[in-house]
Amino acid sequence: MTVEPRQSTVWNYAPAPEATDHLRLRDRYGLFIDGAFREPAEGRHEPTINPATEEPIAEIAWAGPADVARALEVARSAQPRWAALPDRERGKYLFRIARLIQERARELAVCETLDGGKPLRESRDVDVPLAAAHFFHYAGWADKLRYGVAAREVAPLGVVAQIVPWNFPLLMAAWKLAPALACGNTAILKPAETTPLTALLLAEICQEAELPPGVVAILPGDGQVGATLVRSPGLDKVAFTGSTAVGRDIQGALAGRGVELTLELGGKSANIVFEDAALDQAVEGIVNGIFFNQGHVCCAGSRLLVQESVMDEVIAKLWARMARLRVGDPLDKNTDVGAINSAEQLARIEALVAAGEAEGAVRRSLACDLPEHGYWFPPTLFTDVAPAHRIAVEEIFGPVVSVLSFRTQAEAIQKANNSRYGLAAGIWTDKGAKAFEVASALRAGVVWQNTYNHFDPTAAFGGYKESGFGREGGPAGLRPYLRVVRSP
Amino acid sequence: MTRIPVRKTYKLWIGGAFVRSESGRSDLVGEVNLPRASRKDVRDAMAAARRASGPWAARTAYNRGQILYRAAEAVESRRAQLTAVLDGGADADAELDAAIDVLVHYAGWTDKLAPVLGGINPVAAPFLSFTLPEPTGVVGVIAPDEPSLLGLVAEVAPALAAGNAVVAILSETRPHAGLDLAEALGVSDLPGGVINLLSGRRRELALALGGHRDLNAIVDASGDHELGTELDRLAAETIKRASHHPGAVSYEQATDDALERLTAVTELKTAWHPVGA
Amino acid sequence: MSRRLAHVDRVGIEERAAALGARSIKTTAKQQGIRLAVSMLDLTTLEGADTAGKVRQLCAKAVCPAPTMPEIPSVAAICVYSAMVAVARAALAGTGVATASVATGFPAGQVSLEAKLRDTEDAVAAGAEEIDMVISREAFLAGDDARVMREIERIKEACGDAHLKVILETAELGSYEHVRHASMLAMEAGADFIKTSTGKASAGATPGVCLVMLEAIRDHAWRTGRIVGFKAAGGVSTSKAALHRLVLVKETLGDEWLTPERLRIGASSVLNDLLMQYAKTQDGRYGRGEDFSIE
Repeated sequence: MTVEPRQSTVWNYAPAPEATDHLRLRDRYGLFIDGAFREPAEGRHEPTINPATEEPIAEIAWAGPADVARALEVARSAQPRWAALPDRERGKYLFRIARLIQERARELAVCETLDGGKPLRESRDVDVPLAAAHFFHYAGWADKLRYGVAAREVAPLGVVAQIVPWNFPLLMAAWKLAPALACGNTAILKPAETTPLTALLLAEICQEAELPPGVVAILPGDGQVGATLVRSPGLDKVAFTGSTAVGRDIQGALAGRGVELTLELGGKSANIVFEDAALDQAVEGIVNGIFFNQGHVCCAGSRLLVQESVMDEVIAKLWARMARLRVGDPLDKNTDVGAINSAEQLARIEALVAAGEAEGAVRRSLACDLPEHGYWFPPTLFTDVAPAHRIAVEEIFGPVVSVLSFRTQAEAIQKANNSRYGLAAGIWTDKGAKAFEVASALRAGVVWQNTYNHFDPTAAFGGYKESGFGREGGPAGLRPYLRVVRSP
Repeated sequence: MTRIPVRKTYKLWIGGAFVRSESGRSDLVGEVNLPRASRKDVRDAMAAARRASGPWAARTAYNRGQILYRAAEAVESRRAQLTAVLDGGADADAELDAAIDVLVHYAGWTDKLAPVLGGINPVAAPFLSFTLPEPTGVVGVIAPDEPSLLGLVAEVAPALAAGNAVVAILSETRPHAGLDLAEALGVSDLPGGVINLLSGRRRELALALGGHRDLNAIVDASGDHELGTELDRLAAETIKRASHHPGAVSYEQATDDALERLTAVTELKTAWHPVGA
Repeated sequence: MSRRLAHVDRVGIEERAAALGARSIKTTAKQQGIRLAVSMLDLTTLEGADTAGKVRQLCAKAVCPAPTMPEIPSVAAICVYSAMVAVARAALAGTGVATASVATGFPAGQVSLEAKLRDTEDAVAAGAEEIDMVISREAFLAGDDARVMREIERIKEACGDAHLKVILETAELGSYEHVRHASMLAMEAGADFIKTSTGKASAGATPGVCLVMLEAIRDHAWRTGRIVGFKAAGGVSTSKAALHRLVLVKETLGDEWLTPERLRIGASSVLNDLLMQYAKTQDGRYGRGEDFSIE
């Protein structure tokens, strides 16, 4: 008999695109007001685009001022009834929403990836399960509010406006809506201009859950809609996640109005690698810290601080690891890095990267075949970065990591804190006592030790300094949606 | 020709399996024969609970919450059977409402116990000191006679939510709903052995359970003061956590003192870690 | 002097290993991956009940795993106890399938160095082309790294031209840091391959253990330029698990490691599952055990 000759072959993964046929999208979406999809009174329809192909997916109604006013009116009138429901019954609606998100998980994941460009692997394994978990967690708080905030008697704030960004559209909607509703508020959610679809599917889920009309409104549109919303009368609270520039504008616009506010804004988070770290896992953490969701993460570990004694080894390992990243079709189940969310964001990344090169940092970008259409940027590493460079200071919000060196722990802390932001930080060391000491010295709202970009509904998230104020997650996430009832 | 209905055989629930008493005995209770568990069944249930308790406690709080919520779903879907066995009527309906809502309430506690009971201790030294709740292990439950379903759920749910495994002795006079509950929970995602339900002579079984040296805590809702006193004495032998209260007759009674119910079956662990390289 | 361990973080290792387990291997990639996995198999029988008849049957399977699917290659080697080496060698003559033998007091290794050397020499004399030795866990756990290395060096000498695979028996080492440490000792002492397990312990080639050893091989190659192979053995009983190991290797060491000269999978039961899954990729029907020979 013959024996097959042995040969070394390159083994490539075949394309493994997730099927999209189970996703039931409509051609046109209205505004979700008073429990139903409605045509805008004076707004218009705009297409939402798949950033990986530049093809339109659906036509989305954008709210005009009259629509905003109508939604506010409905939310106001629905609020007392919603708050008056027994706590446990309010909780049961949220449990239903959590379950429906789980039941429609695949559809939501595919939709998120189509609309936003993130790899299916992430929308499937992170965004959607965490969104469901968030509703579960806050469903359980609805009848335990007094334990969560240690107050004798608490009451909802009333009507809240919530504006979410395009990087985690469904998850941010869940972060906003779940605690607000659990506490007895009614909410008007404005999804981002480029990623409204999963919020609209969430509106369908609210219908399926038979959530009382008016408790949630969803008003897609651009920044103008958000600006109109936060400037409208009849609001008790604004919760915003997005850029520091817009956050500043909102805080200013609310001045003197007695409207509560929480802001979750930008960051330039330091990821600090000490010489005694488990370096292979640190490299994983660096990759996860900056290339997760194409770096479209407010807490991305975009400033990598590496102790000089291990700089060469870390960079060698990091670059070798980056070479394994699979960039391309976000729907492919093996894709690690997907499409940039929009042309506008791509232009901003390109401009900052050009600035980095001009200022003298050394750029290395992954040589990968990028699709012809759509918005793409290869994973990029900048070494020899000085603290004064723009790429060490400004938020790039893309798959670009700037590497700076440090010599001592004190210097690492000083450099990490040398930022107007203070959202997150990472610490990589095998020594617990050092990790906790550095953690306590960092002016950042979230500090990960020997991990990065982990999120959980039980763990508070939010920033110091110009990264915003207020927390989401855990009992701390209840407080921004409650007031303590004072003695008469 | 009239159809002959297929009658149901009631069984004990031990280690995730529906079994007859190893003694082969049963008692006629109402119009049906119910298994009469023996002291050896108590021993088997205790062993099953011990095997299940470690993996159950090791699951994430989120996962345990999901499973308890799923249990509530399973009970809701068997509503007709359970109300029928509770003699139908408005009271039965209300009892079932309350029992399901109690399960949902405690499903929500799994991932909230740590932030509410635990925390960081601001010690006056360079240490990170924190205290966190952990399940005590295996909890014995003596269920009340009235209300037989709600009263059982009100004792079992907090113990499970806190991460314990449970061996429960059902009401001697009205165990039917408890045995039917076992069938509902048996199709939920609760791992086998996390909860074990035994019917029979309460006093005999309670004393065997309370005297088992491997049991960590006993929650007595029998309302029987004499039995409670004996259980306390048995508990003293191995310093078991013992608590007594009357059976809950409403959702409010089962949940208003949720923290008391949860702490009765919870340990607190304080850990210290130096801060400073 | 106390031993210095390199840092390995369990949570991080297992997260990465699990993430690679989620790679979607479909259609042509699955077919190619299965053929590749078959070509890397060390088809193993290590039972007290092994007889010449059983070993000859296994050898026939090794040479031609699936007569109805001629594109399925032969496996890399047959792995037996030293007493069966001559039988296997004779059955495999001219087929290209190598004969491997466990030696050194496999699986516990609780015999004298002299006995280990003798065991090795016997196997080589009988025709073994590859020797799978076990490290002395007794010495390793007692902290005697020097003795662990000295034994490997002596066995390596006794191997002559035979390739030496060094079994760490990772389940008995206690932590990933110790797995990495033992990997380094074995490679520095001259191992041609490092291998996870005997298949007789409580756990085998778990994804985390594989990843730690692969990272050690990569770092050793970077530092010394020497190529050391990897053998995953123990617990790799399904096609999915085998393909997961290939993914771990591909994305840690690179495609150049995807050859039987550098990568082996030690198993007995996985072959028929690989064949069954391969058939499924061709006709789309889920298969059954009866369609493949059982040795």
